[in-house]
This record gives sequence, structure tokens and C-alpha cells, in this order.
Amino acid sequence: MRSQWRLAGALLAGALLVTGCGGGGGDTAAAGGKVNLTFWDWDPNMDKVVDIWNQAHPDIHVTLSNPAGGDQLVSKMITAHQAGNGPDIAKVEYQSLPALVSNQVVADITQYTADTVKDFDDTTLKATRFDGKVFGVPQDVAPLMLFYRTDIFDQYGLKPPTTWDEFKQAAADLHAKAPQVAMTNFDAADPGWITGLMQQGGADWWSSTDNKTWQVAINSAASKKVADYWQGLVTAGTVAKNPSFSPQWNKQMNEGQIATWISGAWAPAQLGGIAPNTKGKWAVAPLPAWTAGDKTTGIWGGSATTVTTDSKHAAEAAQFASWLNTDGKALTAQIQNINVYPAATSGRSLPILSSPPAFFPNQANYYDLVKQVAPSARSFSMWGPDVTVTFSGYTDKFGAALQNNTSFATALDDIQNATVADMKKLGFTVG
Amino acid sequence: MAARNRAKLPYLLVAPAVALLTLFVVAPGVYALVLSFQARKVVGGLLGGGSKLVFVGFDNYGLALADPELWASIVRMLLVALLFIPATVGFALLFALLLDVPRVRLARSTRLAIFLPYAVPGVIASLMWGFMYLPATSPIGGDHVDFFGSTTVFFSVANVAVWGSVGFNMIVIFTALRSLPAELYEAARIDGCSELRMALRIKVPLVLPAIAMCTLFTALASLQLFNEPNTLRPLSNAISSTWVPLMKIYEDAFVDSDVNKAAATSVLFVIAALAVSFVASRTVSRVNR
Repeated sequence: MRSQWRLAGALLAGALLVTGCGGGGGDTAAAGGKVNLTFWDWDPNMDKVVDIWNQAHPDIHVTLSNPAGGDQLVSKMITAHQAGNGPDIAKVEYQSLPALVSNQVVADITQYTADTVKDFDDTTLKATRFDGKVFGVPQDVAPLMLFYRTDIFDQYGLKPPTTWDEFKQAAADLHAKAPQVAMTNFDAADPGWITGLMQQGGADWWSSTDNKTWQVAINSAASKKVADYWQGLVTAGTVAKNPSFSPQWNKQMNEGQIATWISGAWAPAQLGGIAPNTKGKWAVAPLPAWTAGDKTTGIWGGSATTVTTDSKHAAEAAQFASWLNTDGKALTAQIQNINVYPAATSGRSLPILSSPPAFFPNQANYYDLVKQVAPSARSFSMWGPDVTVTFSGYTDKFGAALQNNTSFATALDDIQNATVADMKKLGFTVG
Repeated sequence: MAARNRAKLPYLLVAPAVALLTLFVVAPGVYALVLSFQARKVVGGLLGGGSKLVFVGFDNYGLALADPELWASIVRMLLVALLFIPATVGFALLFALLLDVPRVRLARSTRLAIFLPYAVPGVIASLMWGFMYLPATSPIGGDHVDFFGSTTVFFSVANVAVWGSVGFNMIVIFTALRSLPAELYEAARIDGCSELRMALRIKVPLVLPAIAMCTLFTALASLQLFNEPNTLRPLSNAISSTWVPLMKIYEDAFVDSDVNKAAATSVLFVIAALAVSFVASRTVSRVNR
């Protein structure tokens, strides 16, 4: 599919070249000093939030576009930057930000955000501020949680598991009673959830002690503990193993063939599109723990709003990024429509948080639960500068391991080697 | 004066083609060649204080050739080609011969029906077949047969490609059959030759050049295999992001953002493709003689 778009883009570019057209994108300031900005974002319903801005700011118009989501958008941003026609503003997940900084796609907006950053705690800011420079305004934090189908749990007499041992037992019980229903889906397509589980398990894939040399520990003992646990469930056949966000998975989710989804706080808004028939049938619980009582969880996604180095209106773009993530109205609209859990400290006491997400009408305390687990979410020290290589390695190696029933631990070794080789090739110092 | 103008005319006529070729084939090709001798290196700092392009000679070529994934992707492409080429040419020939039988009914609409898949864009066709293969949505028994098994996936991918290209090749062979002189058939019939014998002994040998050309086209198409596996990839664990050489190049360039290595692999791939075409076209012209 992408190649077709690429072809269409190439043809279009060629046509523009031939006819001598120039400009476009968000670079042009219209007559009367009006500034046009383009904004790449894949959040469902983000248009409603952008409308609020456009109505309040007649002189800075933001045009929303959704060319791709997640990792695919990162690739698109790098490519667009090389062609010199990136957007002004883009949503970037925390894990991809270092790669985009290192590729000089994302701009340093420290000078525009001196006041904005005061609204964020240090833990949150750590994800977007490197070496004292701010490269994005945090949008949301998304601690990993266990989303489960209350109807299925009731039907088969299951209780939300509090530890991974209980989860394994519940999966086995469910499999014995209803072989057609999988406890959850082990996904090799999206690396976000597994990195969250690795974080919970104590892994630290990237770190640096001297701010010069990288330590890469993707195949550490902590990672392998998590991998081995899931290999056990996959081998026992108690979890499904389809790529998530695929037609197959959507249908299984919608038809109740998957009982739980380990996901971020943004899940309710996504579930509406994935499994529309299941409205009101879900509830959320804290992620099962490795040792009873341990509250540590991981993170899946969570994003920042960034300004690109291609933008000719960095000040205005940064102004929008700040508004989007700290303004009460903007955050209320985002919580309501996108179900984000805001990164801004002020956003966490908004009145809207006392009402449940539209897809979870049965769970009034939804955001209270998110608020409780959010502080114990553990991330890696840093995300590496070439996560795209790591992540495509995950997709390929774990995909192959699921396909051929080979070892997850070996897959981790392969990913480690590919990541380190790529970093060295680029000229990073790896210790 | 008139003679001189006439001398210029051929240049004028080929100018648009030459311009397009230069703009869209030669220029990007030269650019790729330049890129293939460079590499991006970061300078200073944990995240790199910036990066610069440096000349690295044949390093990218060495890296590309030493990458086991590239070789694995070539093997997978050859496996698909092994199914794709004979099936496409075989079915195209079979359908063309059947449509050429005098008593055949509904020839026109059947021909159109066989040709129609060629008009469906590869991506749409792959998505459609993808839904047919997936257990959750399959109307053709995907819940009993695993179309994305480690072995079956080769057949599944080849099937989409065959479905899309039989029609075109059938038309090529059918047209060749139609251009054979009718007296030949009359003579054969008078001699009491059956339709089957006529097909095998007269028609096939006479359209051999067309068959050879179809084989060449199909072989080149299998080198360019991309749409089918790339579109099917998100549906299953069976297809990796570097499943065939073109996907590997795409992955290097746009996911791992290493345009330079991708350029080197592309150059190598073009050389290989040219070699294949050269050998194949030599064979074709030998058949024609």
C-alpha cells in the first residue's frame, strides 16, 4: 500500500516540478500575516480539538493530517525531512523521539517553552528533554494496564489476576473451560506493549552513565525472564498469537475470542474502532505484578507534540504544542474525545476526569485507577537513537519465533546484535 | 533546407522519451549510485551533535552482501518465482489454447473474465486475497487450512501474483495463436488431426516465441515482487519485513533510515536484474530463430 502512495507522491512531485509549482505544506504565510501550520497526528477525533484552536486563533491556522500512525509516521517524518517537506508539528511517541532528534528531524524548542515546562514533573519531562534541551511538549502518559472482558470473566468464574502467576493460572483455567477463547493475544506486530512489559520486568534496554557512551541491554536477564514467561503461555496454547490491529485480531476482539488486552490508558478510544460490539463489556485493572503487592508497571506509548526542523514558524508551532498539552480546554477535549491521560500536572485534576470514557460507561473510577498506577510506571533510562531498527527487529524475530515455535530468548539476542551493529555503524559509542 | 529538417525530425520524435528516461531513470539511477558510496555518521554527544555524510567507498556494498537477510530474501523470492513463473505461463497457455478451440462458447466473456484480474491493482488484489486467507474472514476454508503456514505462505503469495498476471499473458499467447494462418488448421483437420494433437503439435511450437516472451516478463515480474508480500505482511507473522529483496531495500531505506545501504543494494539488484534479462533475452531470441 505504501509503495502505491509513494508512487503517487513521486508522480505528483514530478508533475509539480514540470509545471513549476512550488511551495505548499505549511510553509507559506498567507496574506495578512496569517500563519498556516500542518499537524501530523493519528489520534481519533483530534480534529475536534484542532477546531477549538482554529476558532480561538484566527491568525494561526492548523491543518490536521493523518498520514500514518506510530512507527510508520516516524519513517514518514524522516523521509519527508530528507525531502524538505515535513509538517510543522507532529505527534511522536516518546520511544521514537531520540531517533528523530539524532536525525535532526525534530527541533529544539527550549526558547519557546520556558513557561510551558513548569506544568510538567521531572519524570515526564525526562522523556522529551535531553541535555537540557526541550524537543517536545508531553501529551499523555500511558501506563500499561490490564483491560479485561467482565462478561467473559463472569461467565467462566475468573477474577482479575493480580500477579503473573495468577494470570498464567487464569489463562489455563479459561483454556480448559473454553478452548476457543484466548486469555490474551501475544502480539509480534507492535513492539510497544512488550517493551512496557520489559520495563515492568526491570529491563533497561538503553542507558548511559557518562552521557557519551551507550549501554545496550536488550537481551538482559530481566528481558529474558519476561520473554520466557510469554513463551510458556504461547507454547501452552492459552494465548492467541496474531498481529494486533489486523482484521483477524479485530474480529477476535469483537467476537469475544480474546478475554484481555494489555494496553495503555488510551485503549478505550481505540476499542471503539477495534471491537464496536463490546461497548460496556470491558473493565480495567492494574497490570499483574511479578511479586504480589509490587505496583510497578510499564508504559505503552505516550507521546509528545513536536515541532520539526522544517517548520518556518517554529514559534507559532511551539505555541500550538504548548496550548494542546497544557490548556484546560484543549486537555478536556482530548480526555473526552481521545481518552488520553494528560501529562501536564494541571491536567490531572480536571473535572472531566471524574466521568468514565464513553466506551467504558460501567467504570466510573477509570481515571482514578489510571491516576493510581501512573506514578509507579517505570520506563527505560532512555530510548536508543535507532529504535526503529530494534522495533523492526522485534516484529521480524518474534514474528518468526511465533511462526516456527523457536526461542524468544534467541530472538532477543538477535535484536540486541542488530541494534548494537546499527548504532556502531552510525558512529555512536557503545560500551 | 527541407532535407535538413527531415534529418532533425527523428531526434525531435525521440526527445520526449529521452527526456522522460533521463529525468526518471538515468538521473535517479546516478543519484542512487552516488548515495551508495556515502554513509551517514553522527558526530559527538550521546544523541549525536549532528550527522554528516562521508564517502565510504564500497563499504555499503560489503555490508549489503554480508547481510544474511538479503540472501534469505533472495531465496524466498526464488521459491515464489519457482511457483509463479510456471503457473502463470502454464495457465496462460492453457487458457489461450482452450479459447482458440473453434467450438468454444462464450469465448469473448470468458476471455474478459480471465483478463479482468490484471486490471485490479496489485495492492487491492493482495488485500482481497488476504481477507480470503485469514481464518476470521475466510470464505474458502481459512479456518481449516493455514494459508499463512511456513510452507503454505509461498503458495499463498504466488497465488495472488499468478491470479493477477495470467490474464495479460493469456492475451499475448492468444494473439499469437490468432495470427497463425488458418490454412494450417484446415490442412491439419483434413489430415484427421484431433484438436488436442493440433494444439500440442502445431500451435504450441508455433507460438513458442510468445511463450518465451511471457516467461521473460514473468521472470522480471518475480524480481520485482513487492506489493503482494508487503500488503499481506500486517496480516500474519509468516511474512517478515525483509521477505523479498525489494522489501529488504524498502526496509533499509525507510524504516532503518539507511538510504545509503539501500542504494547499494538497489545497484546490486539492478546489475543482477540486467544480467537475468540479458541471459533470458538471448535465450528468447535463440528460440525465435
